[in-house]
Amino acid sequence: MAARRSVPDVAEQTAQTAPPAIRTEPAAAKPDSAVVRDALGVGVAVGLSGFAFGVTSAGSGLTLLQTCALSLLVFTGASQFALVGALAAGGNPFTAAAGAFFLGVRNAFYGLRLSQLLALPRFVRPFAAHWVIDETTAVTLAQPSRRSARLGFTVTGLTLYVLWNLTTLVGAVGAEALGDTDAWGLDAASPAVFLALLAPMLRTGMERAVAGLAVLLAVGLLPVLPAGVPVLVAALAAPAVLCVQGRRAGRTEKEEGR
Amino acid sequence: MSVWIAIGATAIGCYLVKLLGLLVPAGALERPLVKRLAALLPVALLAALTAQQTFSTGQQLMLDARGAGLAAAALALVLRAPFLVVVGAAVVVTAGVRAVSG
Repeated sequence: MAARRSVPDVAEQTAQTAPPAIRTEPAAAKPDSAVVRDALGVGVAVGLSGFAFGVTSAGSGLTLLQTCALSLLVFTGASQFALVGALAAGGNPFTAAAGAFFLGVRNAFYGLRLSQLLALPRFVRPFAAHWVIDETTAVTLAQPSRRSARLGFTVTGLTLYVLWNLTTLVGAVGAEALGDTDAWGLDAASPAVFLALLAPMLRTGMERAVAGLAVLLAVGLLPVLPAGVPVLVAALAAPAVLCVQGRRAGRTEKEEGR
Repeated sequence: MSVWIAIGATAIGCYLVKLLGLLVPAGALERPLVKRLAALLPVALLAALTAQQTFSTGQQLMLDARGAGLAAAALALVLRAPFLVVVGAAVVVTAGVRAVSG
């Protein structure tokens, strides 16, 4: 479960970890079995990290019901990790939800691409929407035809949804059995998930600048602002760097114009 | 109760943005500036969250076993390890450092 950049990058990034089948050139007509295999591969690999979420959420003090409700109703991993992290740090519910929400905004852009590819009937869209996340987008975009796109989206979505929720439940129940989850190093799972999602996005200097500035803001403001707020302020690194870069580009154009 | 409020707000907000993407006509959000901002926003948030959850407890900055765990995760990423291995490396190394340092 994930968070990130523009849609085509997602397809490439998932291809690194996905079964080899996804990497091959799209054939004119892809057999259904190949599509299902791709979709199951991604679904199983990522679905299992629901276990880490279940453990983290329970370790953060959420009840079993609250943990499972998050996976059932929110179903976008990075937002879920961010929310339980902010709540554990003592953030107020709205600040915590705002951070989680902003991480989820990228799904709207995935939906834009998917709605063209899948061409779903209007009445199906409210149901399909719940599955519009990084992994389903990655698999769907890799498909050569509408038929295989629909199949890929459905199988990935279903596999992920079932596994993510089951493993969340197992993780949350397991956390109680484990006792002190910190002794098992499980408090490192959540930042590692964020880092794994972030790494493939750091391609150009601009993305690195945004990440660097965001880290400075988040860490620097942490001791002085209420919990959850520093992350929201750090999000401003994105428009700030865009603005500086836009000005620089403008200046170069002017100089070139002379 | 406040936890449930946070869960409800997140669930509704996240669902609505997903739905928005499927419902709005193509082109409405396709302006270059909007797309670039949407691509950079998760970069900023993920970087901030990674740093904060690694180097702080509550409102205090601190360097502990999690730092070593994250370094292991970063190494795994450089080696192009799969997602689960990256997370596993962070967990195992963090637990190991804690066990050793007692």
